[in-house]
Amino acid sequence: MTTVITVPPSLDDETFEQVFEQVAAVSADQKILVDARHTRWSSPYGLTALLTLGQSRAEQAAFAGPEAEDTASYWARAGFYRHASEIYEMHGKVPRTREAPTESNVLLEITEVARSDDVHTVVERIQSRAQAILVHELHLDPQATMRFAMTLSEVCQNIVEHAGQGGWVAVQTYQYRKRLGRRAVVIAVCDAGLGFRRSLESTPGWKPRDRWDDAAALEDALVRGVSRYRDPGRGQGLAGVRRFVGKWEGKLAIRSGTARITIVPEWDDAVPLKEGLPHFPGAQVQITIPERVPPA
Amino acid sequence: MTHHIDIGSLLRRTVCDLYSNLVTRPTGAAVRKEIEVVLKGLDEPSLTVIDFSQVGLLDYSCADEVVGKLLDGVRRQVILTDAYVLVRGVRDDHLEALDAVMQRYDLAVIAEGDDGAWRVVGPLDDGMRRVLDAVHRCGRVIKSDLVKAVDTPSCDVEASLDGLLARRLVMRDDDAYVSLQSVM
Repeated sequence: MTTVITVPPSLDDETFEQVFEQVAAVSADQKILVDARHTRWSSPYGLTALLTLGQSRAEQAAFAGPEAEDTASYWARAGFYRHASEIYEMHGKVPRTREAPTESNVLLEITEVARSDDVHTVVERIQSRAQAILVHELHLDPQATMRFAMTLSEVCQNIVEHAGQGGWVAVQTYQYRKRLGRRAVVIAVCDAGLGFRRSLESTPGWKPRDRWDDAAALEDALVRGVSRYRDPGRGQGLAGVRRFVGKWEGKLAIRSGTARITIVPEWDDAVPLKEGLPHFPGAQVQITIPERVPPA
Repeated sequence: MTHHIDIGSLLRRTVCDLYSNLVTRPTGAAVRKEIEVVLKGLDEPSLTVIDFSQVGLLDYSCADEVVGKLLDGVRRQVILTDAYVLVRGVRDDHLEALDAVMQRYDLAVIAEGDDGAWRVVGPLDDGMRRVLDAVHRCGRVIKSDLVKAVDTPSCDVEASLDGLLARRLVMRDDDAYVSLQSVM
């Protein structure tokens, strides 16, 4: 029997929880149909998480994409269908992934990250477009461009070093009406691999503490800079990401297993640590850097 | 005695001739191993100047692999018994990555920015910074002259010099202390 997973009309990191909730109730070896026919919009997080969802299934999942042509066309230009058709059994109309021009707000179309070479590719690609968009459109300091690329590099490396399997990255700008009322650049990096808790548990000699769960693992990694490697130089990547996000009043959210930790800026009211979420493997990261408003 | 390494060229030669960014740990490890081979072949004492001017991006992980582990090996003398390292051609974003790495290892390195100014990157107390500045100004100086130059008690200057020698930020030549920049 196939279980239908209904994708909400507007798909972002918050509404994707509805998808996770439905999926968590179905064992991985059961067939699911991910029904996005009525979805009209998705953030980069939504698109990369949809690919990750397909990867997480033992039994190949089926996928029905948006019926709205402009939505389907946009997803195709963002690179979604090129990857989705390799992961999912595609149902319904599948837009052709031809050589369409990239959307002007797509800094990096959906890109697979499985090896270190992929991180080089991501960084090379983003640098050519980041300067123009971050500085001239989002009014960030020119110095932010390099730090942005450093941040992207580090979050992508987390997949290579800790996930145990490939994941996905996408970078876009969009009008963030819901909370900000201005534009923002968003990095989404999703994988369905080991996740933070299992990665830290693989540390040689690791022993569980009194309180040990996904939330504790996220706190260890993001707040305390703990890594499964014992080298003194480890754990700096996420610390650097935190500094960058803090400097530019950005938001960093990492979901892993059943928990989500968030570095919350003033303009947002997310819960810093949310536990008891529906279980989903791997790690799903979203970084949001808002447009800078010049002082009046 | 002084050896210059253009790390941008080294990156393209050893990892991929299309890369200009120092990102990822495997890339950093490959570059560091090449530098270690060079260091092992040098006469002692040696000063190696690592030039970042042709490097695009330097991320934290790669900075750790290239500079953190290299200097940690130099300090612990597992790479060579008497090696000194300077870096030059570093931009602000390079400095940020290097500083994060130096803090982790409790190490310091002397770096010349792309503006031509020298600075110490990493944790160093005020006493050591003052003494290091004075050694840099003098180029080569004996302790008694240094005490006068920084107007600090002799025992404090001696402690700072010991710290700088341990961090391999100055060289010792008989009874004189020599700035690394002066032998470049």
